[in-house]
Amino acid sequence: MNFSELAVGQVIGTRSLEITRADLVRYAGASGDFNPIHWNERFAREVELPGVIAHGMFTMGAAVQLVTDWAGDPSAVVSYGTRFTKPVPVADLDGAPGAVVEVTGTIGALDESAGTARIDLAVTLDGQKVLVKAQATVSMA
Amino acid sequence: MTTNPELQGRSYPAGDVYSVGRESIREFARAVKATHPAHFDVAAARELGHADLVAPPTYAIIVAQRADAQLINDPDSGIDFSRVVHAEQKFSHHRPIVAGDELVAELHVDTVRAMGGGAMITTRAEISTVAGDAVATTVSAILVRGEGQ
Repeated sequence: MNFSELAVGQVIGTRSLEITRADLVRYAGASGDFNPIHWNERFAREVELPGVIAHGMFTMGAAVQLVTDWAGDPSAVVSYGTRFTKPVPVADLDGAPGAVVEVTGTIGALDESAGTARIDLAVTLDGQKVLVKAQATVSMA
Repeated sequence: MTTNPELQGRSYPAGDVYSVGRESIREFARAVKATHPAHFDVAAARELGHADLVAPPTYAIIVAQRADAQLINDPDSGIDFSRVVHAEQKFSHHRPIVAGDELVAELHVDTVRAMGGGAMITTRAEISTVAGDAVATTVSAILVRGEGQ
């Protein structure tokens, strides 16, 4: 990828993340985060949540794949941060997606001397932002 | 259960070593729906100049949350894990994590702020190799929700 061909405001891509309850169980196992709010409906409601919700880290981790694929090397993502503002409830629909999260990546800033591009991710559920200030810095060197 | 406001400034020394294995990287990559070959195929990772399979950008959360567990499970912290919600997360990579790495994390409690009946806690995990080379810095903000929050 040629740095000089990039411009702030360019969209690098979009993606739909279809999330099932099985995805949350898989993420729990792979990450070691077994908080029952991510797999136990009864427990989630007892602690005043709308139901089982996705791990914030699942949404954050899946959303950045757009950037990884664009960069061509996962290690090019030198920093990545976000705020989690709204939970992503995942309905139990017998294997059909219980939530669909939309991801769009846009070039938010370019630093020519550092050779980095900042990608801003818009991550929404039913048109509402679930991640805020989701930004990944990609080393283009 | 009330979060102990005296936690700020506390640190927990590096605990157990986390050995990064190929299957762990593959499983985590599948779990975040990653498809890049450098997570799955050693030859593809080596072609990009890496010693072995490369971890996805958020893989360090495994090591960071193990470090956080020292704080959450500390009886003195007063944190009710069932009321913990993740509020913010940041990763800064000093070098890529690859299969074969032996990692440790030192945990720092940077801030504790009362919020309604609950508390917002910011922790920082300094992740390094057992040899002492810096690998990643992760910063997490967790909200311990008070009753009715």
